[in-house]
Amino acid sequence: MTTAQVRAAGSRASADRLGRLLNLVPYLLARPGIEIAEAAVDLGVTERQLREDLELLWVCGLPGYGPGDLIDMALDGDRVTITYDAGIDRPLRLTPDEALALVVALRMLAEAPGLGERDAIERALAKIENAAGEVAGAPIAVRLPGNVDRLARIRSAVERRRALRITYYTAARDETTERVVDPIRVLMVSGWAYLEAWCRRAEAVRLFRTDRIDALTELDEPAAPPPQVELRDLSGGIFQPSPDLPLISLRVGRGGRWITEYYPCERVSEGDGEDWLVSMRVTDLEWARRFVLGLGPDVTVIAPPELVADVRDQATAALEAYASPTTS
Amino acid sequence: MSRSRTERLVNLVICLLSTRRFLTAAQIAATVPGYEHDPDDARDHEAFQRKFERDKAELRDLGVPLETGTASAFDAEPGYRIARREYALPDISLEPDEAAAVGFAARLWQHAGLAAAASSGLAKLRAAGIDVDPHATLGVEPVVTVDPAFAPLTAAARERRPVSFDYRVPEGDAPATRRLQPWGVVCWRGRWYVVGHDLDRDATRCFRLSRVVGAVRVAGPAGAYQPPAGVDLISHVARWSGPLERTGRAAVLVRPGRAAGLRRWADETTPGPDGDRLTLRYADAEGLAASLVGYGADVRVLDPPEVREAVIQRLKEIAARHEAVAEAVG
Repeated sequence: MTTAQVRAAGSRASADRLGRLLNLVPYLLARPGIEIAEAAVDLGVTERQLREDLELLWVCGLPGYGPGDLIDMALDGDRVTITYDAGIDRPLRLTPDEALALVVALRMLAEAPGLGERDAIERALAKIENAAGEVAGAPIAVRLPGNVDRLARIRSAVERRRALRITYYTAARDETTERVVDPIRVLMVSGWAYLEAWCRRAEAVRLFRTDRIDALTELDEPAAPPPQVELRDLSGGIFQPSPDLPLISLRVGRGGRWITEYYPCERVSEGDGEDWLVSMRVTDLEWARRFVLGLGPDVTVIAPPELVADVRDQATAALEAYASPTTS
Repeated sequence: MSRSRTERLVNLVICLLSTRRFLTAAQIAATVPGYEHDPDDARDHEAFQRKFERDKAELRDLGVPLETGTASAFDAEPGYRIARREYALPDISLEPDEAAAVGFAARLWQHAGLAAAASSGLAKLRAAGIDVDPHATLGVEPVVTVDPAFAPLTAAARERRPVSFDYRVPEGDAPATRRLQPWGVVCWRGRWYVVGHDLDRDATRCFRLSRVVGAVRVAGPAGAYQPPAGVDLISHVARWSGPLERTGRAAVLVRPGRAAGLRRWADETTPGPDGDRLTLRYADAEGLAASLVGYGADVRVLDPPEVREAVIQRLKEIAARHEAVAEAVG
């Protein structure tokens, strides 16, 4: 790190601590006699850090800095009570970023289909906006799609912790199957709702897009996902291609370029002409064949050769069926 | 960073909150521990001034509303104070179910910067006496993410400042600079858009945030325009990508046990000797043809002719293009 970076990082740490200290006095004031260990957990700091913060506050106060001016507190074993706050009895206002972060997340939540607590969310939103004042005034609107009835049913099964029998369409293999799953949670990612569940057939945690659950029955048995199942880390998106999946290369004309916005691509090279060269990982080459055929003349497979041949053979076979004057 | 600096800043906040008069830098130096220096020593005084400037900047970064003014008409030197009303979070009380919603919402952010802002905002609510259950869940978890252009565009819309940015649609070959009076930001089907008055087109336009290239530039003062009263932001985006009416009907023949994806959309399915006959509703023939071609030889269009012809045309082009590639590769 350069000196400037060290200074910037140090300054951020000091700003964090200052913010924490200004918050700490009103926090404790609202909870006389709180256990230090409990407060530390609540505030997300170590107990040692909290004690150091308290020691620092103890020597701060009003000008004069005599016994009656300094912040004072009663430490009774493991408990603490603020007895004099020197005027910092309220937390700071929300910053524009804080207000925005809370308001947008609440709007998203309020719009999530199938939620029963919309009323509480709307009330909370109104109160936060009111407390944030001017800075919450950013005009933001949210609309999430989804089949409200189906999501409400799935969600209530999740809440009642029941196993589900679902009829599910798997686009990667173009097949519809029945399976019993142990629901874990319902997620909304990029406009789609997913049921995250332990799939007894696959014996693994799977994400099921709820619009592809064609039928569902709640079973009498409890949902029993194995303990310690790992939930999906969604920070990188739903489909996180692994390097062992087949890589396909496509030549993409102007009209097909939109696929680079909708599918995760390994590489997009824009040539001099109209065509882009796009490579992406796919779970299944048969899926890739359907995908490419569906995209039409704007997209041509370059590699692997077996996919080139497969697309050509499928198209040719389909054409032959139209050429032969058979039934109907 | 040193304990003495944090201590000095806490004392500075307490001092400026407690005063109604504006205090000059010299008065603050004489009062708050940590600013002791010899004002007659030029180097010492300059060091103090730098320190004080840094401290003021840090307080402002934290959101402390530092007011500047003069104590009286006879004072030339500016002074400082913190207005309590501006500093303090207004009274807020949340019912347990409301607090649970806020606590849950704050955990939905996947965007690192706003996740930190959400949790520091939550910490302030806790300091206001609200108890938040850190484990509460509401059954449906929206994963909340935004594009980099989100923060500057929401700020510009709030302050009614015109902006300019480089915008690139995939069909285009180079980004174009667009000038916009943003009215608001919309999340529609999981994607973020900005809606506003396009200054070059002189018309209402929507832009997808993920297509903004580089930084959003502020291009005018705050309060520069007034969005139309009662504007419905969602409807502007929805108009773009609303559902089409599926008035057409097509009949297709599907091989037994194949094309499961297509069967899900069929209005009727009639089994026959050489496959199942499906009736499908569609909005436009080309769109339907594209999805039918995806199933290759498993699906054959019977009717209407325009869909059948569109499918055949697509298949011919696809076959020819891939034949050319196969030959080139050998």
